[in-house]
Amino acid sequence: MSAETLTENSLASDFWQGVRLSMPVVVASAPFAVLFGALAVDNGFSVLEAFLMSALVYGGASQMVGIQLFGQHVAPWLIVLSIFAVNFRHVLYSAGIGRRIAHWPVVSQALGYFILTDPQFAVAEARAQSGQTVGFAWYLGLGLPVYVFWVVESALGALFGKLIPDTHALGIDFLLPIYFLGLVMGFRKRPLWLPVVIASACASIIAYKTVGSPWHVSIGAIAGVLLAVILPPHHSGVETRR
Amino acid sequence: MSTTFWIIIAGAIATYLTRIGGHLVISRFENIHPRVEAGLNAVPAAVLTTLVAPELLNAGPAEWAALVVTAVASLRGGLMSMFLAGAAVLILARQSVG
Repeated sequence: MSAETLTENSLASDFWQGVRLSMPVVVASAPFAVLFGALAVDNGFSVLEAFLMSALVYGGASQMVGIQLFGQHVAPWLIVLSIFAVNFRHVLYSAGIGRRIAHWPVVSQALGYFILTDPQFAVAEARAQSGQTVGFAWYLGLGLPVYVFWVVESALGALFGKLIPDTHALGIDFLLPIYFLGLVMGFRKRPLWLPVVIASACASIIAYKTVGSPWHVSIGAIAGVLLAVILPPHHSGVETRR
Repeated sequence: MSTTFWIIIAGAIATYLTRIGGHLVISRFENIHPRVEAGLNAVPAAVLTTLVAPELLNAGPAEWAALVVTAVASLRGGLMSMFLAGAAVLILARQSVG
């Protein structure tokens, strides 16, 4: 066996190892992809637009935020700003994973950052911390199936969403707040979670009543983030990770 | 091209900037100020809360029940199970309350 086939074999086996690890993520994200497609159509997107958003943005929570605000006829630039704000956590993933993939060719790195989702970061960082190399083939094996299924299932959800006759009886219009509450609860182990949530909730309700939608999103978010910045660092638990 | 299309393109660019930006910007600094890091940590919960809280003003009994069940279910299960629990309560309550 030549050295070349050896490398090819190990690349293929790295890829398939990544694919195996991607399966739980594929299964867990499937209902949300279908839900996104159905809700996107319910909020005024076409099937093609729902498909495009999944293919190009590729960030579940931010896509849900986008269609929710779109359905409320919020100004386009504020929708984009909200998508940016929800996705802002990726900055930390990107800073973290950067040193793991610095040895890849630049084009591979550019692609790698495009599919850097929450689970992609978590699994890749875990591999790096166990002392193994994060290779491009393995990383692609982990990320590609999640991406392909996400996009296809979004389109299917959008097609299916057009067939639902009575969206109120099925609660479709209120599924997003439930989903967002679920996401908020998922962050509850983070330091300062409760004070931030209370501050954002109060500020957004007051802003909603006074200034009006859509400003309650920005004002509420700024209130929560400012509180986290202002409180002494020993409350926020960030310095303990040094 | 429609407004929706441009929202999607701009949203995609904004998202890609967050995914590559940490590598391009933050990794150049030796360490991040604890207050900045605390602020960054708070961003997702802060933004997502603002999408739920004002809904409480317009919520009826069915919506309240669904949110309470979702919050309780979150103490036990993952995102999917709490979402399904909340959605099930909402659909059942809407059938009876209307």
